[in-house]
Amino acid sequence: MILAGGQSVIPALNMRLNEPAVLVDINKVPGLGVIEEKGGVLRIGALCRHEQVRKSVDVSAHAPLLTKALAHVAHPAIRNRGTFGGSLCNADAAAELPACVLALGATLNVESAEGSRAIAAEDFFFGFFETALEEGEVLASIDLPVLGATGRHFFDEAARRRGDYALAGLAAAARVEGGRMIAPRFAFISCGDRPLLAGALGELVATRYPDAPAEDEIAEALARDLEPPEDAVTSSAARMRIATVLAARAIREFQQNGGRA
Amino acid sequence: MTEAARFSPLDRPNSYVGRSVSRPNAAGLVRGRGRFVDDLTLPRMLHVAFVRSPHAHARITAIDTAEAAKMPGVVRVATIDDIRDYCSPWVGVLDHLKGIKSAPQPPLADGKVFSQGQPVVAIVAASRAQAEDAAELVDVSYEPLEPVTDPVAALEPDATVIHPELGDNLCFQRGIDAGEVDRAFAEAAHVVETTMRFNRHTGVTLEPRSILCDFDPSERALTLYMSVQCPHMSKNLFAKHLGLDENRVRVVCGDVGGSFGIKIHTYPDEMTAAALSVMLERPVKFVADRLESFVTDIHARDHDVSARMALDAEGRVSAIEMDDLTGIGSYSVYPRTSGIEANQVLNLTGGPYAHKNYRARARVVFQNKNDMCQYRGVGHPIAVAVGEHLMDKAARMTGLDAAEIRRRNFIPEDAYPYTAPSGAIYERQSHHACLEKLLEACDYKGLRRDQSAQRESGVYRGIGLASLVEITNPSPAFYGVGGARIASQDGCTLRLDPTGGVTLATGVTEQGQGTETIVAQVAATVIGIDVNDIRVITGDTDAVPYGGGTWASRGAGIGGEAAFQAGKALRWNILGVAATILQERAEALDIRDGCIVNAKDGMERMPLSELGRIVYFRGDTLPKDLAPELVVTRHYTQNQYPFCFTNAAHACHLEVDPATGLIRLLNYWVVEDCGTVINPKLVAEQTRGGVVQGLGAALFEECLYSGEGQLMNGSLAEYLLPMAGEMPDIFVDHVTTPTATSELGAKGVGEAGTAGAPAAVMNALNDALQPFGVEMTDMPFTPEKVLRALGRIGGGGED
Repeated sequence: MILAGGQSVIPALNMRLNEPAVLVDINKVPGLGVIEEKGGVLRIGALCRHEQVRKSVDVSAHAPLLTKALAHVAHPAIRNRGTFGGSLCNADAAAELPACVLALGATLNVESAEGSRAIAAEDFFFGFFETALEEGEVLASIDLPVLGATGRHFFDEAARRRGDYALAGLAAAARVEGGRMIAPRFAFISCGDRPLLAGALGELVATRYPDAPAEDEIAEALARDLEPPEDAVTSSAARMRIATVLAARAIREFQQNGGRA
Repeated sequence: MTEAARFSPLDRPNSYVGRSVSRPNAAGLVRGRGRFVDDLTLPRMLHVAFVRSPHAHARITAIDTAEAAKMPGVVRVATIDDIRDYCSPWVGVLDHLKGIKSAPQPPLADGKVFSQGQPVVAIVAASRAQAEDAAELVDVSYEPLEPVTDPVAALEPDATVIHPELGDNLCFQRGIDAGEVDRAFAEAAHVVETTMRFNRHTGVTLEPRSILCDFDPSERALTLYMSVQCPHMSKNLFAKHLGLDENRVRVVCGDVGGSFGIKIHTYPDEMTAAALSVMLERPVKFVADRLESFVTDIHARDHDVSARMALDAEGRVSAIEMDDLTGIGSYSVYPRTSGIEANQVLNLTGGPYAHKNYRARARVVFQNKNDMCQYRGVGHPIAVAVGEHLMDKAARMTGLDAAEIRRRNFIPEDAYPYTAPSGAIYERQSHHACLEKLLEACDYKGLRRDQSAQRESGVYRGIGLASLVEITNPSPAFYGVGGARIASQDGCTLRLDPTGGVTLATGVTEQGQGTETIVAQVAATVIGIDVNDIRVITGDTDAVPYGGGTWASRGAGIGGEAAFQAGKALRWNILGVAATILQERAEALDIRDGCIVNAKDGMERMPLSELGRIVYFRGDTLPKDLAPELVVTRHYTQNQYPFCFTNAAHACHLEVDPATGLIRLLNYWVVEDCGTVINPKLVAEQTRGGVVQGLGAALFEECLYSGEGQLMNGSLAEYLLPMAGEMPDIFVDHVTTPTATSELGAKGVGEAGTAGAPAAVMNALNDALQPFGVEMTDMPFTPEKVLRALGRIGGGGED
């Protein structure tokens, strides 16, 4: 088992939920904590701390979705240690960053003794805390397409306390070019066993642009892709309801010009 | 002029009563110099970890400890058969709660388990980690029995009886029937009714329950380093059940990281740790981890209430009727019992109002869950929420404003001392003054205007009021008369040291609430010395006067008065010696800023350090018959009333997002009357902390159990505590009605915040939801429940 920021691994060890024979600490591996933009691609090293990413000027310029989302990730003490790559590898369906990389169409660069491979975000998250990482593979960096002049980003979530895992959350990205909305991607948090792209909603929104679908149409579209979990406090229906409200807010923002920030 | 009046004006040196003196112990705490139990390491110390029951109700058919005993570091693996001879079981009943019953509770499970988390096997090892490794290898075989979790079902005639020897699952019941309730309802112009649900929650202390037990076989003496509220009570209970001479049991309580009523009870794991220390003749430490805390620290509340209120045409309350059903887990907790909470719900409901007709029933029911017992605000939040919700409903029905209907119903100012229909006696309360000050502080009219304006633009804000009474400064009527050795009196010893400083030892305890500051302020004021020249000792039963410790908001009122009386006595003794030395009448002298001065003109005559030097080292220069006594002890018992009731008025302002069901707290106000305010900052912080715990109860906190009695949220990720980000500014102000039961005039303030906040939140929420025509009474108010009540999901409103 790999130890990066330790914000999920250490509590799991404390609670004896995990008893690995070997723990590999990668915190001192050089080169994994760099953020750089090159040729329209923003690369974030897997060991970059949440707070480092949140404060990065490159990130706020090229992937403002992350800047917004990271403000919702736990609390400063956790953000100071927790890592970008660690959050993706932990693959918690209730976490912000997996949905963000899905919305942004990121590529995850993975290394192993056998060599390197690149995995599209859509192919990375398999299920409940499950990823495409094979035995012996380590996530090294994440590549994101930069926002560009036509890009639109949206992030919001509903949580009972700031910093908590959301009841439901939405990371969304799209481009508006020549009066058309291109490739809107709506990635939902806490609405399935992994971050989920709502493909039907994306199609509906692109088709209708510049008009917006009504709330019941949004709900109908989401019902095709989302399967929110139920727990002792919050029902699937409530999560679905909140997801619908968030989607409507995102669409409204995309139609106005506020979606840039 | 009374002594209190003489000392309280801030017009002389060392007048600390009424000043926000900083805590002398704060610097150490922020520098990491606190002394908590887990900071202590003793030579040859061992650690104990427990194998706990995974079942809510089961018979133990076999326990195999062979593999665990072979693990590295393990010194002893113990079951009930091993410690039976070292620790006797206990029964949580009190004589004055008529008919209350409970089963003998063993330190480790004896044949059956009755709740998840009950300790079954203890593993003692060189380290906690080694003990936990070994615990995983203990094999306990269980035959699951039917878990009884629902209090209503537990009372059905065919219900499984949790403790068959008790006959049924009813621990305790009590009824009140005062006045002519049926007639009042028959003649009422308006009747409002409701059903309410109060969630189980718990204290979540920053420092978990902790105990380090050190048995010395040479003297059969046991020293217990504990994080605890009542050291003398613990000394008695451990001695009694471990079969030791009480004089040879010492409890030492250093810094405590919060208690809130959690650290006032008898816990099987702590008793087992002490029994193991006696058995092994070595120090044994037990510190609960967070999961153990959630599963086994006492839980609070868990009430289902139905209630109704009758009013005349003018909106005056003529009668209240209520029925309270509360689930308390599988044992009535020792020694305070789990009947007190429901008892207080009955005593306090409708407390601020002058109704004469009152009928109430409380039923306290066993269930296969963790035990429920006294937690901050015991019974108050339920009583206040019931009365205040009915009051708001009545306001809506009669068309009166929420503030106006309260004004009409408060106990009249000229009616004190007032006996409520529940039998509670109020010396004097200030409901009218508190409410008016509150309305002004929150700009009530402005809030109402804002509410109307915001509704136009689809923003739903609500304003909730809650008036309340709080039990403080308890007399022996609380526990002593019931046979429990829980002191309601408390003492304070003061010693003038040769330096002119004073060492103060008191039986009240410091849990983080500032008791040490309070008693030092009082003593310094009365003696006439700098507060920094007082060193305070608390928590060590070998060093402090016998006292009750921290419970029922008594630290300032009882401990403060003991310090006041001790201060007066020491001052008089000092002046007597000074008079002899200075050849002056004692009445002509005073003590100011650590100096003997002329009372008349304040001229300095002699510093206390000089008096100390002469008394302690040059007694040869004093008259032979003087016999100076510079150590004094005074005790205080509040004996005039069963309790000194305080009162307060709360207001909550919040906003509901009907789209997501999220509730945002905007502002909160409290006007509180705790009598003499000794330290405004500490009073405000007690109030704010209490409010935050009440807001937690209303919006966030809940111990969630499955139907099978499994706790489903035993971590801080799933059990939501109120956090700073969600908390509103909490405004605190005072009305001051000193109690005449003491010279100091201070009443308690520890619990009023917790008592009022759930009611104020509920009333504000229902006020915000008025345009939708729905009401919510099932705490905590989650987004799920809001969406359901609004019909946004599921099938319509919850009520």
